[in-house]
Amino acid sequence: MANYILEMHNITKTFPGVKALDNVNFKVEEGEIHFLVGENGAGKSTLMKVLSGIYPTGDYTGQIKLKGEVVDFRKISDSENAGLAIINQELALVPEMTVFENIYLAHEIKKRNIINWNQTIHMADKQLKRVKLNVNPGNKVKDLNIGQQQLVEIAKALSKNVQILILDEPTAALNENDSENLLNLLVELKKEGVTCIMISHKLKEVTAIADSVTVLRDGLTISTLRKNEINEIKIIKDMVGRSIDNIFPERKPQVEDEIVLETKNLNAYNFAVSKQVVKNASIKLKKGEVVGLAGLMGAGRSELALSIFGNPKNYDMDGDVFVHGKKVHFNHPSQALKAGIAYVSEDRKNEGLILKQDVKQNISLTNLKLLAKNGVIDKNKEIVYAEKYRKEINIKTPSIEQTVENLSGGNQQKVSISKGLFANPDILILDEPTRGIDVGAKYEIYTLINQLIDHGMSIIMISSELPELLAMSDRLYVVAEGKITGELSKADATQENVMKLATV
Amino acid sequence: MKQFFSNLWIKFKKSIRNYPKYMKRFFKDLFVLFRNNIRDYGMYIALITIFIFFIITTGGLFITPRNIFNLIQQTGYIAVMSVGMTLIIVIRHIDLSVGSIAGFIGAILAVLIVTYDMNAIIAIPIVLLIGITAGLLTGYLVAKIGIPAFVASLGGMFAYRGLIFNSLQNTGTLGVNNPIINAIGQETIPAIANVFGLHLLSVIIGVIAVLLFIYSEFRTRKEKSKYDFEVLPTDLFIAKLVFISITILTITFLLASYRGFSWVLVIVLVVVAIYHFMTNMTVLGRHIYAVGGNPEAAELSGISVKKITYFVFGSMGFLSALGGIMYLARLGSATFTAGEGLELQVIAGAFVGGTSAAGGVGKVTGSVIGALVMASLINGMQMMSLGTNYQAIVSGVVLVAAVIFDVKTRNMKKVQA
Ligand SMILES: Nc1ncnc2c1ncn2[C@@H]1O[C@H](COP(=O)(O)OP(=O)(O)OP(=O)(O)O)[C@@H](O)[C@H]1O
Ligand SMILES: [Mg+2]
Repeated sequence: MANYILEMHNITKTFPGVKALDNVNFKVEEGEIHFLVGENGAGKSTLMKVLSGIYPTGDYTGQIKLKGEVVDFRKISDSENAGLAIINQELALVPEMTVFENIYLAHEIKKRNIINWNQTIHMADKQLKRVKLNVNPGNKVKDLNIGQQQLVEIAKALSKNVQILILDEPTAALNENDSENLLNLLVELKKEGVTCIMISHKLKEVTAIADSVTVLRDGLTISTLRKNEINEIKIIKDMVGRSIDNIFPERKPQVEDEIVLETKNLNAYNFAVSKQVVKNASIKLKKGEVVGLAGLMGAGRSELALSIFGNPKNYDMDGDVFVHGKKVHFNHPSQALKAGIAYVSEDRKNEGLILKQDVKQNISLTNLKLLAKNGVIDKNKEIVYAEKYRKEINIKTPSIEQTVENLSGGNQQKVSISKGLFANPDILILDEPTRGIDVGAKYEIYTLINQLIDHGMSIIMISSELPELLAMSDRLYVVAEGKITGELSKADATQENVMKLATV
Repeated sequence: MKQFFSNLWIKFKKSIRNYPKYMKRFFKDLFVLFRNNIRDYGMYIALITIFIFFIITTGGLFITPRNIFNLIQQTGYIAVMSVGMTLIIVIRHIDLSVGSIAGFIGAILAVLIVTYDMNAIIAIPIVLLIGITAGLLTGYLVAKIGIPAFVASLGGMFAYRGLIFNSLQNTGTLGVNNPIINAIGQETIPAIANVFGLHLLSVIIGVIAVLLFIYSEFRTRKEKSKYDFEVLPTDLFIAKLVFISITILTITFLLASYRGFSWVLVIVLVVVAIYHFMTNMTVLGRHIYAVGGNPEAAELSGISVKKITYFVFGSMGFLSALGGIMYLARLGSATFTAGEGLELQVIAGAFVGGTSAAGGVGKVTGSVIGALVMASLINGMQMMSLGTNYQAIVSGVVLVAAVIFDVKTRNMKKVQA
């Protein structure tokens, strides 16, 4: 008889127009690493929010048992006191505070309300050692990279004597190295007896460290697989309800000789971080081509893209950009859009979307002129276009009047891409277009990329997932520390070659 | 439209037969409509409640044509400035300099007209331009230099107050007796004729407004049906038309039976109409809300956050100047303290009207109603002879209550009909 530390029975949770969870059953054994997978909008995050008390008892129906006892959490602190800690995808650290302040925030080490800072620093240091993070606890969190911040979050959870650690897509924004560190850490923690529930769209991680996997689809529990039953093909099949034989759809090579975009010796200096982010970059993009930009997180790929796309962050720049052979000088993204270049941001929440506005208003934003006569918007036309994108790229939403905030991550991504497409570009820059989205949706986005190429578009694709970049690109550049360190043809583009160039 | 009415007739005959069942459904639809739009309607409900309360407590004195007329005169300049403040708050800023700018503009206008004997027709455009310049200056400090609007406009608040002293130092309080200024301050539009003791032109304008309203409602409805989009059920649609038309006509006849529409009312209506149209229907309006909702995303969508910031502050400067002119006209003289504390009344109007400090959310019509709510409270309490202490306390409580209501209803679930 298995020893369940956590049982969730018949959990049902509805939002207006959506049944996010429909009688979900979810059981986790003590001391295991249990993955929760499923398509975008399947209800994974919602289930974890129910578990951790973000949605209080009464907001849903069903029963939660912890070590066999029924619990009822009304707020996050209730679940924390019971030994649960959730790390959401949006990190909850205070950037301006130091690492040790963050770790003990809201459960300070104190005596008669006076904080004992020495003890705090000492204890924080211990937690940092546990997560193998080698930074000074006095550093400010904003000076750490995202992988390090993730580890601080875990240290914070550990400092609360956590028994069940919940991680919602912790590796979505991490590079391969940091991801691997994190996975190793989870295995270590397992040895210390910490139970771990992890949401991820990266199935490689599942096969690597999972003891069990539960698959959700459309708010239903589809299956729970034990260690010996876990394989990628089975998981994908349960996730999407059919089998996908080819993760990367084929594309007929369409590359023509015409060069649509070229940069020559582009340099960009970012005052905000006092760093040269692009160094002497010269790249070319041909008509009908997908050019990949490979490299580690923070190598300067997005910065290069932004330098081309009208320099919205006001870098100090020199060098030349040519569009269709003509030298251009963009001072603002609006000019780049006018010249037929669109950019889909890697950070859909902060830079891509206006979360409080609805789907149609987000899509139409890049090209309102198309909908307007004398500056007056034809709202009916706007609805027609939005409906078109919703159908074509299969955005799952109860209506195009739904606020984007309420969509699941993958569907937000699709809105973000639709927005870029609505500008009707012939050059499209996709920055991490598949971050945080499920295999099914990834497949749809790959297919979309192929369709766009068939329609004569040219695409620059930035991705930290090497397999997809290798499969989708006709040619790729490797970027390291702002420099282009190599150019690889499709034939030469192998994982080893890229990694060699990326880490020089 | 003909077909619409014949359909309606058939429906009507049928519904007489099913009367009780029909009424049940009608009220259910009405309830759902209210429930789902409570944020938009809440303000109107509050206003109506306040009106009813004061009508009862003042024995009907509150709703006399004379008092309604006065109420409009009292609210006018605040309402106009609240419209501009709405957009400022929508793009996540604040402007504390508007009261001083209004006072300063009044002072310059008085000096130009009295001391320099300038024609008001020339002086008014000049001071409006000065207002725009003042607004753009704040915009420059915020958009280009990058300092917080709170600080930039706080600086403006002190500096323009000082400039009022400079402008008036030779003359002291400066009385203005100019036909145009007097008209803006006290007078009504020409009547053309008086029919049954009613101010004819006001009646005509009121009726035209109702007709225009009905026409535009029918047009949008037709457009929407053409695309197969959801529209209100016919009976609710009619009920809405009737209710709003009656409201407009009631106010029209009330005012027409006294002195007619004042210039203040006309100015407010024109400003609201222009801004309402701009924010709801135009690309510029959409860009403003996008910048408020997420500046980074707006920038990457090809919108210049800087330009929008300039525009919004410029427009605030213009409306502050307009408010300043109306204020001067109402008082009849330029004083050192003109517009002191006005910025806070204006900001209160915008917040009571449902503008969100988090940015991206707010309606200009809401702010005007918000300003009217605050002014009605003061006016009604004065009629009840409650002291300024009570007036201040109630204003404060209502301001906070309105924002609580707004926050609480923000994430309310929609119910299905
Ligand atoms: N606050 C909300 N209001 C309305 N609908 C919501 C809300 N939160 C989630 N939903 C809906 O509930 C469903 C489940 O969402 P959830 O975020 O749990 O998906 P997910 O499995 O975590 O997806 P992803 O992998 O994209 O993060 C989706 O259809 C989503 O649109
Ligand atoms: Mg999620």
